[in-house]
Amino acid sequence: MTSLPQHTEKSLGLVIDLDTCVGCHACVTACKGWNTENYGAPLADKDAYGANPVGSFLNRVHSYEVQPEQGPAQLFHMPKSCLHCADAPCVTVCPTGASYKRVEDGIVLVNESDCIGCGLCAWACPYGAREMDPEEQVMKKCTLCVDRIYNDNLPEEDRQPACVRTCPAGARHFGDLSDPESDVSKLVAERGGIDLMPEQGTSPVNQYLPPRPRDEAPEFDVLAPYLEPVAEEPTGFLGWLDRTLSKVS
Amino acid sequence: MHPAPSIILFTTLSGLGFGMLAFLGLDGPAPRGWTAFWFFLIANALAVGGLLSSTFHLGHPERAMKAFTQWRSSWLSREAWLAVATLVSMGFYAIGLVFFDTRFSLLGIVGGLLAIATVIATSMIYTQMRTVPRWNHWSTPILFLAYAITGGALLTGRVALVQALLPLLLILQLFAWVDQDRREKADESNIGTATGLGPRGKVSAFEAPHTGENYLTKEMVFRVARKHTSVLKAAAVLFGIILPAVLLFLPFSHMFAALAVVLHLAGVLIQRWVFFAEARHVVSFYYGR
Repeated sequence: MTSLPQHTEKSLGLVIDLDTCVGCHACVTACKGWNTENYGAPLADKDAYGANPVGSFLNRVHSYEVQPEQGPAQLFHMPKSCLHCADAPCVTVCPTGASYKRVEDGIVLVNESDCIGCGLCAWACPYGAREMDPEEQVMKKCTLCVDRIYNDNLPEEDRQPACVRTCPAGARHFGDLSDPESDVSKLVAERGGIDLMPEQGTSPVNQYLPPRPRDEAPEFDVLAPYLEPVAEEPTGFLGWLDRTLSKVS
Repeated sequence: MHPAPSIILFTTLSGLGFGMLAFLGLDGPAPRGWTAFWFFLIANALAVGGLLSSTFHLGHPERAMKAFTQWRSSWLSREAWLAVATLVSMGFYAIGLVFFDTRFSLLGIVGGLLAIATVIATSMIYTQMRTVPRWNHWSTPILFLAYAITGGALLTGRVALVQALLPLLLILQLFAWVDQDRREKADESNIGTATGLGPRGKVSAFEAPHTGENYLTKEMVFRVARKHTSVLKAAAVLFGIILPAVLLFLPFSHMFAALAVVLHLAGVLIQRWVFFAEARHVVSFYYGR
């Protein structure tokens, strides 16, 4: 049903560390690979080797430059996928009941055989987390690798989303954000995790860890007074050249 | 937002059709016999044509019946129900007028109110989008309703009423455009809140996730029309409101009235194109556009 549950038993989600992400796009590739070969319609590409390739992805990595008031610009990489919002606007707009939020773990899923491909859910999502598959014409979104995390056929260390499992930098974490004692909740509390676009009122489950403050150059160097002062004006041959050329020009 | 032709046709044609049905149902004395037949044929052709056009926008139109299931939460589902209820009740009402020279006035009132509710439900599909500040406001359903009522009055030949409605529509439309610009500028979302990096400094998109386009940029980060909006808005007002008004204030002739209908239709189509093309979705911030 497309009404949202009042309460979910768990709130499974991701915690993404903007300080640690190196922007390698390994999570994008791992996600595309797993979700093309497993649950649901494969993530199609069109014109993959042509002039205008397009395809559906459940996770994409953006890069942003931040110019602080003082100091040099800083660069951050931001992987973005479905945030499995508590107040998911994508679910309530669905006319067919294909979009739903699970009571047992809070994962937002699409029942692809009920999806009419109207695209309203993608309009309702502020984060751009839903993409229409160009081949199947049904809405695709992050499933939190629902076919991995409960899969007893996989070794225990693989029972987490493909993006988390593959991240070489350890920038992605998976767990129950409704449990204050979980590792992810502790991480969020320690690092001051934030919601993306909180003003949209979606109450996202996924949290982003803001970058820690960067090191700054000390205000003065203790050794500086003991160093030879650098000549401000050129002397000797260079000084003569400078004076002569200044007269000519 | 991407101005899909199927959606522009859907909102324009079905708005006019349901506007016509509202007048035919609510406002007696209703036409009878062959006159009623032609009126209802045009109204139903517009309403049903618009609804059919909307199904071309679907990825899986063969599953469209499933859209009737979620009326508790979804405006699209409510619109589907209201449209069918309108067409069924107005269908029986039309049979009475066309074949039996009888006006089932209660059925007409119910059908007319349902037609108005259908137009409101259509507009609520857009109004409910918190992600599109231009749409997310009470003026959106009023504007949709105003166009439907004006068009319905024009198509059912209520000249005096249209003469009064067109200036009102002009004022409402101009207010809506000015207010939409203001709301879009005042909206709290920006690239800083989208990335959460706002408190650290001035955020700009350094590199997109990919070099080409994707579904999101095609569907919601549509930019082509924005630089032409003032010209298109002028054209929408000229064709949709001013020229029909001039034609209707001239000594009445059927030629002028028919021309007024055609011009109004063209104006509303342009207005709807601007309504979609100009609207900015907050996901644009992630793409730095």
